[in-house]
Amino acid sequence: MSADTPLSKDSGPTKDPEVTSSDVTSPDATSSGANPAVDGSELIRFDKVTKRFGGNTVLDDLDFSVASGKHVTLIGPSGSGKTTILRLLMTLLKPDEGTIKVGGDYLTHEEKNGKLVPAGEKHIREVRKNIGMVFQQFNLFPNMKVLRNITEAPVTVLGMSKDAAEERARELLDLVGLAEHIDKYPSQLSGGQQQRVAIARALAMRPQVLLLDEVTSALDPELVVGVLDVLRDIAGSTDITMLCVTHEMSFARDISDQVLMFDSGRVLESGPPEKIFGDPEHDRTREFLGAVL
Amino acid sequence: MTWDWSAVGDFMPLFWDGLLVTLQALVLGSLLSFSLGLVWAFGLRSASKFVRWPVNIVTEFIRNTPLLVQLFFLFYVLPEWDITFSAMTTGVVAIGLHYSTYTMQVYRAGIEAVPVGQWEAATALNLPMTRTWTAVILPQAIRRVVPALGNYVISMLKDTPMLMAITVLDMLGEARLFAQQNFQFTEPLTVIGVAFVLISYPASLLMRALERRLVR
Repeated sequence: MSADTPLSKDSGPTKDPEVTSSDVTSPDATSSGANPAVDGSELIRFDKVTKRFGGNTVLDDLDFSVASGKHVTLIGPSGSGKTTILRLLMTLLKPDEGTIKVGGDYLTHEEKNGKLVPAGEKHIREVRKNIGMVFQQFNLFPNMKVLRNITEAPVTVLGMSKDAAEERARELLDLVGLAEHIDKYPSQLSGGQQQRVAIARALAMRPQVLLLDEVTSALDPELVVGVLDVLRDIAGSTDITMLCVTHEMSFARDISDQVLMFDSGRVLESGPPEKIFGDPEHDRTREFLGAVL
Repeated sequence: MTWDWSAVGDFMPLFWDGLLVTLQALVLGSLLSFSLGLVWAFGLRSASKFVRWPVNIVTEFIRNTPLLVQLFFLFYVLPEWDITFSAMTTGVVAIGLHYSTYTMQVYRAGIEAVPVGQWEAATALNLPMTRTWTAVILPQAIRRVVPALGNYVISMLKDTPMLMAITVLDMLGEARLFAQQNFQFTEPLTVIGVAFVLISYPASLLMRALERRLVR
Protein backbone atom coordinates (compact mmCIF):
# COMPACT_ATOMS: atom_id res chain seq x y z
CA MET A 1 0.00 0.00 0.00
CA SER A 2 1.13 3.49 -0.67
CA ALA A 3 2.20 5.52 2.27
CA ASP A 4 1.08 8.94 1.26
CA THR A 5 -1.90 10.70 2.63
CA PRO A 6 -3.36 14.01 1.73
CA LEU A 7 -2.37 15.37 5.08
CA SER A 8 0.85 17.04 4.31
CA LYS A 9 -1.03 19.24 1.90
CA ASP A 10 -3.76 20.04 4.35
CA SER A 11 -1.38 21.07 7.02
CA GLY A 12 0.54 23.25 4.61
CA PRO A 13 4.16 22.51 5.36
CA THR A 14 6.40 25.28 4.16
CA LYS A 15 9.65 23.35 4.49
CA ASP A 16 10.96 25.91 6.86
CA PRO A 17 12.26 24.24 9.97
CA GLU A 18 13.61 27.41 11.58
CA VAL A 19 10.35 28.89 12.64
CA THR A 20 9.72 26.13 15.08
CA SER A 21 12.26 27.18 17.64
CA SER A 22 9.72 28.63 19.98
CA ASP A 23 10.88 29.43 23.40
CA VAL A 24 10.48 27.61 26.62
CA THR A 25 11.68 30.54 28.61
CA SER A 26 9.88 33.64 27.41
CA PRO A 27 7.41 34.71 30.03
CA ASP A 28 4.19 34.49 28.15
CA ALA A 29 4.44 31.88 25.47
CA THR A 30 1.32 30.04 26.47
CA SER A 31 -0.86 32.65 27.99
CA SER A 32 -1.17 35.11 25.16
CA GLY A 33 -0.42 35.45 21.50
CA ALA A 34 3.28 36.02 22.05
CA ASN A 35 4.56 32.86 20.41
CA PRO A 36 6.36 33.80 17.22
CA ALA A 37 6.31 30.28 15.86
CA VAL A 38 2.79 30.35 14.56
CA ASP A 39 2.80 30.78 10.88
CA GLY A 40 1.55 27.46 9.70
CA SER A 41 5.00 25.99 9.18
CA GLU A 42 5.51 22.31 9.78
CA LEU A 43 6.11 21.46 13.43
CA ILE A 44 5.58 17.71 13.59
CA ARG A 45 6.36 15.20 10.88
CA PHE A 46 5.88 11.45 10.91
CA ASP A 47 7.81 9.81 8.13
CA LYS A 48 6.95 6.20 7.30
CA VAL A 49 6.44 5.36 10.95
CA THR A 50 5.61 1.78 11.83
CA LYS A 51 4.87 0.57 15.34
CA ARG A 52 4.14 -3.00 16.27
CA PHE A 53 3.16 -4.60 19.54
CA GLY A 54 4.11 -8.22 19.22
CA GLY A 55 2.67 -9.33 15.92
CA ASN A 56 0.11 -6.57 15.92
CA THR A 57 0.91 -3.63 13.63
CA VAL A 58 -0.63 -0.58 15.25
CA LEU A 59 0.84 2.05 12.98
CA ASP A 60 1.56 1.07 9.43
CA ASP A 61 4.01 3.14 7.41
CA LEU A 62 2.37 6.31 8.64
CA ASP A 63 3.09 9.71 7.13
CA PHE A 64 1.58 12.89 8.39
CA SER A 65 2.50 16.34 9.50
CA VAL A 66 1.05 19.01 11.72
CA ALA A 67 1.57 22.72 11.18
CA SER A 68 2.66 24.96 14.00
CA GLY A 69 -0.16 26.45 16.04
CA LYS A 70 -2.82 24.11 14.68
CA HIS A 71 -5.28 22.16 16.75
CA VAL A 72 -5.50 18.69 15.38
CA THR A 73 -7.90 16.04 16.57
CA LEU A 74 -7.31 12.36 15.98
CA ILE A 75 -10.47 10.29 15.76
CA GLY A 76 -11.14 6.71 14.87
CA PRO A 77 -12.14 3.38 16.36
CA SER A 78 -10.21 2.13 19.36
CA GLY A 79 -7.06 0.26 18.40
CA SER A 80 -6.60 2.44 15.34
CA GLY A 81 -3.33 3.84 16.73
CA LYS A 82 -4.35 7.33 17.85
CA THR A 83 -2.98 7.08 21.36
CA THR A 84 0.15 5.36 20.04
CA ILE A 85 0.90 8.47 18.00
CA LEU A 86 0.78 10.65 21.10
CA ARG A 87 2.90 8.20 23.08
CA LEU A 88 5.49 8.09 20.29
CA LEU A 89 5.65 11.88 20.29
CA MET A 90 6.07 11.92 24.07
CA THR A 91 8.91 9.35 23.69
CA LEU A 92 7.04 6.91 25.90
CA LEU A 93 7.31 4.53 22.96
CA LYS A 94 9.90 4.12 20.22
CA PRO A 95 8.94 3.58 16.59
CA ASP A 96 9.99 0.28 15.04
CA GLU A 97 10.58 1.95 11.70
CA GLY A 98 10.53 5.44 10.33
CA THR A 99 11.37 8.80 11.85
CA ILE A 100 9.57 11.53 13.73
CA LYS A 101 10.60 15.16 13.60
CA VAL A 102 9.53 17.88 15.99
CA GLY A 103 10.50 21.43 15.12
CA GLY A 104 12.92 20.18 12.49
CA ASP A 105 14.80 17.94 14.93
CA TYR A 106 14.62 14.19 14.88
CA LEU A 107 12.88 12.95 18.00
CA THR A 108 14.31 9.48 18.44
CA HIS A 109 17.27 9.76 16.14
CA GLU A 110 20.14 12.12 15.80
CA GLU A 111 22.50 12.89 12.98
CA LYS A 112 26.09 11.89 13.55
CA ASN A 113 28.63 12.22 10.75
CA GLY A 114 25.81 12.50 8.27
CA LYS A 115 24.24 9.26 9.43
CA LEU A 116 21.01 8.79 11.32
CA VAL A 117 21.55 6.90 14.57
CA PRO A 118 19.25 6.21 17.53
CA ALA A 119 19.22 9.27 19.75
CA GLY A 120 21.01 9.40 23.07
CA GLU A 121 19.22 10.42 26.25
CA LYS A 122 20.63 13.96 26.06
CA HIS A 123 19.27 14.56 22.58
CA ILE A 124 15.87 13.10 23.43
CA ARG A 125 15.62 15.31 26.51
CA GLU A 126 16.42 18.37 24.43
CA VAL A 127 13.72 17.72 21.83
CA ARG A 128 11.25 16.52 24.47
CA LYS A 129 11.36 19.98 26.08
CA ASN A 130 9.03 21.15 23.33
CA ILE A 131 6.32 18.64 24.12
CA GLY A 132 3.85 18.35 26.97
CA MET A 133 1.20 15.77 27.63
CA VAL A 134 -2.01 15.41 29.59
CA PHE A 135 -3.01 11.84 30.37
CA GLN A 136 -6.31 10.05 30.62
CA GLN A 137 -5.58 9.13 34.25
CA PHE A 138 -4.19 12.61 35.18
CA ASN A 139 -1.03 11.07 36.69
CA LEU A 140 -0.51 13.89 39.15
CA PHE A 141 2.17 13.19 41.74
CA PRO A 142 0.16 12.21 44.85
CA ASN A 143 3.05 12.95 47.20
CA MET A 144 3.14 16.62 46.19
CA LYS A 145 0.66 19.40 46.74
CA VAL A 146 -0.97 21.03 43.74
CA LEU A 147 1.55 23.89 43.76
CA ARG A 148 4.58 21.62 43.71
CA ASN A 149 3.06 19.36 41.09
CA ILE A 150 3.19 22.42 38.85
CA THR A 151 6.52 23.93 39.94
CA GLU A 152 8.58 20.74 40.25
CA ALA A 153 9.57 20.45 36.60
CA PRO A 154 9.98 24.18 35.82
CA VAL A 155 12.38 24.44 38.78
CA THR A 156 14.35 21.23 38.28
CA VAL A 157 14.26 20.98 34.49
CA LEU A 158 14.07 24.56 33.23
CA GLY A 159 16.06 25.98 36.12
CA MET A 160 13.42 28.59 36.96
CA SER A 161 13.67 30.23 40.36
CA LYS A 162 11.20 28.92 42.92
CA ASP A 163 9.47 32.29 43.15
CA ALA A 164 9.08 32.67 39.41
CA ALA A 165 7.80 29.11 39.10
CA GLU A 166 5.26 29.67 41.87
CA GLU A 167 4.04 32.90 40.36
CA ARG A 168 3.60 31.14 37.06
CA ALA A 169 1.80 28.27 38.80
CA ARG A 170 -0.64 30.74 40.36
CA GLU A 171 -1.37 32.26 36.95
CA LEU A 172 -1.98 28.85 35.49
CA LEU A 173 -4.20 27.77 38.37
CA ASP A 174 -6.21 30.95 37.79
CA LEU A 175 -6.48 30.00 34.15
CA VAL A 176 -7.87 26.56 35.00
CA GLY A 177 -10.04 27.98 37.78
CA LEU A 178 -8.40 26.26 40.74
CA ALA A 179 -6.56 29.08 42.49
CA GLU A 180 -8.08 28.24 45.86
CA HIS A 181 -6.85 24.62 45.73
CA ILE A 182 -3.17 25.44 45.49
CA ASP A 183 -2.30 23.89 48.87
CA LYS A 184 -4.26 20.69 48.52
CA TYR A 185 -3.07 17.23 47.67
CA PRO A 186 -4.38 15.68 44.45
CA SER A 187 -6.36 13.12 46.46
CA GLN A 188 -8.40 15.97 47.93
CA LEU A 189 -9.60 17.04 44.47
CA SER A 190 -12.24 15.66 42.16
CA GLY A 191 -11.19 13.95 38.94
CA GLY A 192 -12.08 17.02 36.91
CA GLN A 193 -10.08 19.26 39.19
CA GLN A 194 -7.12 16.89 39.07
CA GLN A 195 -7.22 16.93 35.30
CA ARG A 196 -7.25 20.71 35.25
CA VAL A 197 -4.19 20.73 37.52
CA ALA A 198 -2.56 18.29 35.12
CA ILE A 199 -3.26 20.71 32.26
CA ALA A 200 -1.69 23.55 34.26
CA ARG A 201 1.28 21.33 35.07
CA ALA A 202 1.86 20.57 31.39
CA LEU A 203 1.52 24.23 30.40
CA ALA A 204 4.00 25.30 33.08
CA MET A 205 6.76 23.76 30.96
CA ARG A 206 5.78 26.06 28.07
CA PRO A 207 5.67 23.32 25.49
CA GLN A 208 5.16 24.13 21.82
CA VAL A 209 3.03 21.06 21.48
CA LEU A 210 0.40 19.87 23.92
CA LEU A 211 -0.71 16.26 23.62
CA LEU A 212 -4.13 15.45 25.03
CA ASP A 213 -4.77 11.75 25.42
CA GLU A 214 -8.47 11.11 26.01
CA VAL A 215 -8.31 13.60 28.84
CA THR A 216 -12.00 13.35 29.71
CA SER A 217 -12.46 9.60 29.35
CA ALA A 218 -11.84 8.83 33.03
CA LEU A 219 -14.15 11.58 34.30
CA ASP A 220 -17.70 11.45 35.52
CA PRO A 221 -19.95 13.03 32.90
CA GLU A 222 -20.72 16.14 34.95
CA LEU A 223 -17.00 16.91 35.29
CA VAL A 224 -16.23 16.70 31.59
CA VAL A 225 -17.59 20.14 30.74
CA GLY A 226 -15.26 22.00 33.10
CA VAL A 227 -12.17 20.35 31.64
CA LEU A 228 -13.29 20.91 28.05
CA ASP A 229 -14.06 24.57 28.79
CA VAL A 230 -10.52 25.04 30.08
CA LEU A 231 -9.12 23.43 26.94
CA ARG A 232 -11.34 25.55 24.68
CA ASP A 233 -10.04 28.57 26.52
CA ILE A 234 -6.44 27.53 26.01
CA ALA A 235 -7.03 26.64 22.39
CA GLY A 236 -8.64 30.03 21.80
CA SER A 237 -6.18 32.18 23.70
CA THR A 238 -2.78 30.64 22.99
CA ASP A 239 -0.71 29.65 20.00
CA ILE A 240 0.12 26.26 21.36
CA THR A 241 -0.09 23.38 18.93
CA MET A 242 -2.55 20.75 20.13
CA LEU A 243 -2.80 17.11 19.27
CA CYS A 244 -5.89 15.69 20.75
CA VAL A 245 -7.29 12.19 20.97
CA THR A 246 -10.89 12.38 22.08
CA HIS A 247 -14.29 10.84 21.85
CA GLU A 248 -15.94 14.19 22.51
CA MET A 249 -16.96 14.97 18.96
CA SER A 250 -18.58 18.32 19.67
CA PHE A 251 -15.39 19.43 21.39
CA ALA A 252 -13.37 18.19 18.42
CA ARG A 253 -15.62 20.15 16.09
CA ASP A 254 -15.21 23.31 18.19
CA ILE A 255 -11.49 23.49 18.62
CA SER A 256 -10.02 21.64 15.64
CA ASP A 257 -8.42 23.19 12.62
CA GLN A 258 -8.02 19.74 11.26
CA VAL A 259 -9.44 16.32 11.99
CA LEU A 260 -7.64 13.09 11.15
CA MET A 261 -9.70 9.96 10.81
CA PHE A 262 -7.62 6.87 11.61
CA ASP A 263 -8.34 3.33 10.74
CA SER A 264 -6.04 0.33 11.15
CA GLY A 265 -2.94 2.40 11.77
CA ARG A 266 -3.29 4.70 8.79
CA VAL A 267 -4.93 8.01 8.10
CA LEU A 268 -8.13 7.26 6.27
CA GLU A 269 -8.97 10.87 5.59
CA SER A 270 -8.37 14.30 6.96
CA GLY A 271 -9.70 17.79 6.63
CA PRO A 272 -11.34 20.63 8.47
CA PRO A 273 -13.98 19.53 10.97
CA GLU A 274 -16.90 20.75 8.84
CA LYS A 275 -15.73 18.45 6.08
CA ILE A 276 -15.04 15.36 8.19
CA PHE A 277 -18.15 15.66 10.34
CA GLY A 278 -20.39 17.07 7.63
CA ASP A 279 -19.38 15.35 4.44
CA PRO A 280 -16.82 12.60 4.93
CA GLU A 281 -15.41 10.90 1.86
CA HIS A 282 -15.26 7.40 3.24
CA ASP A 283 -18.06 5.14 4.33
CA ARG A 284 -15.81 3.92 7.14
CA THR A 285 -15.70 7.46 8.56
CA ARG A 286 -19.45 7.80 8.20
CA GLU A 287 -19.96 4.51 10.04
CA PHE A 288 -17.63 5.54 12.84
CA LEU A 289 -19.24 8.94 13.28
CA GLY A 290 -22.67 7.33 13.17
CA ALA A 291 -21.63 5.11 16.04
CA VAL A 292 -20.17 7.83 18.29
CA LEU A 293 -22.33 10.88 17.58
CA MET B 1 9.11 -21.72 92.79
CA THR B 2 9.48 -18.53 94.75
CA TRP B 3 9.47 -15.00 93.47
CA ASP B 4 12.07 -12.76 95.01
CA TRP B 5 11.50 -9.02 94.49
CA SER B 6 14.94 -8.24 95.84
CA ALA B 7 16.45 -10.27 93.01
CA VAL B 8 14.49 -8.09 90.58
CA GLY B 9 15.94 -5.02 92.27
CA ASP B 10 19.45 -6.46 92.07
CA PHE B 11 19.02 -7.29 88.38
CA MET B 12 17.69 -3.90 87.29
CA PRO B 13 21.06 -2.10 86.87
CA LEU B 14 22.21 -4.94 84.62
CA PHE B 15 18.85 -4.88 82.85
CA TRP B 16 19.22 -1.22 81.88
CA ASP B 17 22.70 -1.95 80.49
CA GLY B 18 21.30 -4.83 78.49
CA LEU B 19 18.34 -2.82 77.26
CA LEU B 20 20.67 -0.11 76.00
CA VAL B 21 22.75 -2.68 74.10
CA THR B 22 19.65 -4.32 72.65
CA LEU B 23 18.24 -0.99 71.47
CA GLN B 24 21.61 0.05 70.03
CA ALA B 25 21.87 -3.17 68.07
CA LEU B 26 18.28 -2.75 66.93
CA VAL B 27 18.62 0.85 65.76
CA LEU B 28 21.96 0.37 64.02
CA GLY B 29 20.88 -2.97 62.53
CA SER B 30 17.66 -1.40 61.25
CA LEU B 31 19.44 1.53 59.65
CA LEU B 32 21.90 -0.82 57.99
CA SER B 33 19.15 -3.11 56.73
CA PHE B 34 17.08 -0.16 55.43
CA SER B 35 19.95 1.33 53.45
CA LEU B 36 21.53 -1.89 52.26
CA GLY B 37 18.12 -3.24 51.24
CA LEU B 38 17.63 -0.22 49.00
CA VAL B 39 21.03 -0.81 47.44
CA TRP B 40 20.11 -4.46 46.74
CA ALA B 41 16.75 -3.37 45.32
CA PHE B 42 18.46 -1.02 42.87
CA GLY B 43 20.99 -3.72 42.04
CA LEU B 44 18.19 -6.07 41.07
CA ARG B 45 16.73 -3.40 38.78
CA SER B 46 20.06 -2.81 37.07
CA ALA B 47 20.14 -3.02 33.30
CA SER B 48 23.27 -5.16 33.47
CA LYS B 49 23.03 -8.84 34.34
CA PHE B 50 26.56 -8.57 35.74
CA VAL B 51 25.02 -6.56 38.54
CA ARG B 52 21.68 -8.38 38.80
CA TRP B 53 23.10 -11.90 39.02
CA PRO B 54 25.64 -11.34 41.81
CA VAL B 55 23.10 -9.38 43.83
CA ASN B 56 20.57 -12.12 43.35
CA ILE B 57 22.99 -14.89 44.36
CA VAL B 58 24.35 -13.06 47.39
CA THR B 59 20.97 -12.05 48.75
CA GLU B 60 19.42 -15.47 48.18
CA PHE B 61 22.36 -17.03 49.99
CA ILE B 62 22.04 -14.70 52.96
CA ARG B 63 18.27 -15.06 53.16
CA ASN B 64 18.45 -18.83 53.09
CA THR B 65 21.03 -19.35 55.80
CA PRO B 66 20.25 -18.90 59.50
CA LEU B 67 21.19 -15.69 61.24
CA LEU B 68 22.95 -17.65 63.99
CA VAL B 69 25.23 -19.34 61.46
CA GLN B 70 26.02 -15.97 59.93
CA LEU B 71 26.84 -14.55 63.36
CA PHE B 72 29.23 -17.39 64.11
CA PHE B 73 30.78 -17.13 60.68
CA LEU B 74 31.44 -13.41 60.96
CA PHE B 75 32.66 -13.68 64.54
CA TYR B 76 34.76 -16.84 64.50
CA VAL B 77 35.72 -17.45 60.87
CA LEU B 78 36.59 -13.97 59.56
CA PRO B 79 39.35 -13.51 62.17
CA GLU B 80 41.09 -16.47 60.51
CA TRP B 81 41.67 -14.07 57.61
CA ASP B 82 42.69 -11.32 60.01
CA ILE B 83 39.37 -9.53 59.72
CA THR B 84 38.28 -8.70 63.24
CA PHE B 85 35.44 -6.58 64.57
CA SER B 86 34.11 -6.11 68.06
CA ALA B 87 31.28 -8.41 69.07
CA MET B 88 28.79 -5.56 68.90
CA THR B 89 29.90 -4.43 65.44
CA THR B 90 29.76 -8.00 64.19
CA GLY B 91 26.27 -8.36 65.62
CA VAL B 92 25.00 -5.16 64.01
CA VAL B 93 26.53 -6.10 60.65
CA ALA B 94 25.08 -9.61 60.78
CA ILE B 95 21.57 -8.48 61.70
CA GLY B 96 21.63 -5.58 59.23
CA LEU B 97 22.93 -7.77 56.43
CA HIS B 98 20.48 -10.57 57.15
CA TYR B 99 17.46 -8.30 57.29
CA SER B 100 18.58 -6.25 54.28
CA THR B 101 17.64 -9.24 52.15
CA TYR B 102 14.09 -8.94 53.47
CA THR B 103 13.85 -5.17 53.22
CA MET B 104 15.10 -5.53 49.64
CA GLN B 105 11.96 -7.50 48.80
CA VAL B 106 9.83 -4.91 50.55
CA TYR B 107 11.38 -2.06 48.59
CA ARG B 108 11.06 -3.97 45.36
CA ALA B 109 7.36 -4.53 45.91
CA GLY B 110 6.92 -0.88 46.90
CA ILE B 111 8.68 0.39 43.79
CA GLU B 112 6.72 -1.92 41.53
CA ALA B 113 3.47 -0.76 43.13
CA VAL B 114 4.01 2.81 41.95
CA PRO B 115 1.74 3.12 38.90
CA VAL B 116 3.45 3.27 35.52
CA GLY B 117 1.61 6.55 34.90
CA GLN B 118 3.90 8.20 37.45
CA TRP B 119 6.95 7.27 35.37
CA GLU B 120 5.20 8.49 32.26
CA ALA B 121 4.26 11.81 33.84
CA ALA B 122 7.87 12.27 34.96
CA THR B 123 9.03 11.58 31.40
CA ALA B 124 6.46 13.96 29.96
CA LEU B 125 7.77 16.67 32.29
CA ASN B 126 11.31 15.80 31.21
CA LEU B 127 12.46 15.17 34.79
CA PRO B 128 15.96 13.68 34.94
CA MET B 129 16.13 10.05 36.05
CA THR B 130 17.64 10.77 39.47
CA ARG B 131 14.99 13.41 40.17
CA THR B 132 12.27 11.01 39.06
CA TRP B 133 13.53 8.54 41.65
CA THR B 134 14.08 10.95 44.51
CA ALA B 135 11.06 13.23 44.06
CA VAL B 136 8.43 10.96 42.54
CA ILE B 137 9.03 7.21 42.81
CA LEU B 138 10.80 6.66 46.14
CA PRO B 139 8.58 8.94 48.23
CA GLN B 140 5.56 7.00 47.01
CA ALA B 141 7.23 3.60 47.28
CA ILE B 142 8.61 4.16 50.77
CA ARG B 143 5.33 5.53 52.08
CA ARG B 144 3.76 2.26 51.04
CA VAL B 145 6.42 0.09 52.68
CA VAL B 146 6.89 1.84 56.03
CA PRO B 147 4.54 -0.59 57.84
CA ALA B 148 6.26 -3.61 56.31
CA LEU B 149 9.67 -2.26 57.28
CA GLY B 150 8.35 -1.63 60.79
CA ASN B 151 7.28 -5.23 61.09
CA TYR B 152 10.80 -6.33 60.23
CA VAL B 153 12.13 -4.04 62.95
CA ILE B 154 9.94 -5.87 65.44
CA SER B 155 11.23 -9.17 64.08
CA MET B 156 14.76 -7.89 64.44
CA LEU B 157 14.12 -6.93 68.05
CA LYS B 158 13.16 -10.50 68.79
CA ASP B 159 16.31 -11.76 67.05
CA THR B 160 18.70 -9.59 69.05
CA PRO B 161 19.10 -12.20 71.84
CA MET B 162 21.07 -14.25 69.30
CA LEU B 163 23.86 -11.72 69.73
CA MET B 164 24.43 -13.35 73.11
CA ALA B 165 25.94 -16.25 71.19
CA ILE B 166 28.84 -14.02 70.16
CA THR B 167 29.33 -12.63 73.70
CA VAL B 168 27.33 -9.41 73.29
CA LEU B 169 25.68 -8.55 76.61
CA ASP B 170 22.22 -7.66 75.40
CA MET B 171 19.16 -8.07 77.64
CA LEU B 172 19.33 -11.85 77.48
CA GLY B 173 23.08 -11.84 77.95
CA GLU B 174 22.78 -9.77 81.11
CA ALA B 175 19.95 -11.95 82.39
CA ARG B 176 21.95 -15.11 81.87
CA LEU B 177 24.99 -13.61 83.50
CA PHE B 178 22.94 -12.56 86.52
CA ALA B 179 21.24 -15.93 86.71
CA GLN B 180 24.47 -17.88 86.64
CA GLN B 181 26.06 -15.72 89.27
CA ASN B 182 23.09 -15.76 91.66
CA PHE B 183 21.37 -19.01 90.79
CA GLN B 184 18.16 -17.05 90.28
CA PHE B 185 16.70 -17.61 86.82
CA THR B 186 13.02 -16.77 87.22
CA GLU B 187 13.29 -13.08 87.99
CA PRO B 188 15.77 -11.86 85.34
CA LEU B 189 14.23 -13.93 82.55
CA THR B 190 10.74 -12.75 83.49
CA VAL B 191 11.88 -9.14 83.54
CA ILE B 192 13.35 -9.28 80.06
CA GLY B 193 10.34 -11.23 78.76
CA VAL B 194 8.06 -8.47 79.99
CA ALA B 195 10.42 -5.88 78.50
CA PHE B 196 10.19 -7.52 75.05
CA VAL B 197 6.40 -7.48 75.24
CA LEU B 198 6.34 -3.87 76.41
CA ILE B 199 8.43 -2.80 73.45
CA SER B 200 7.13 -4.96 70.65
CA TYR B 201 3.39 -4.94 71.34
CA PRO B 202 2.98 -1.15 71.27
CA ALA B 203 5.31 -1.09 68.27
CA SER B 204 3.10 -3.53 66.41
CA LEU B 205 0.03 -1.44 67.27
CA LEU B 206 1.86 1.59 65.91
CA MET B 207 2.63 -0.28 62.69
CA ARG B 208 -1.00 -1.26 62.26
CA ALA B 209 -2.04 2.37 62.73
CA LEU B 210 0.59 3.50 60.25
CA GLU B 211 -0.62 0.90 57.81
CA ARG B 212 -4.15 2.29 57.95
CA ARG B 213 -2.85 5.81 57.48
CA LEU B 214 -0.19 5.31 54.83
CA VAL B 215 -1.32 2.45 52.64
CA ARG B 216 -4.21 3.73 50.66
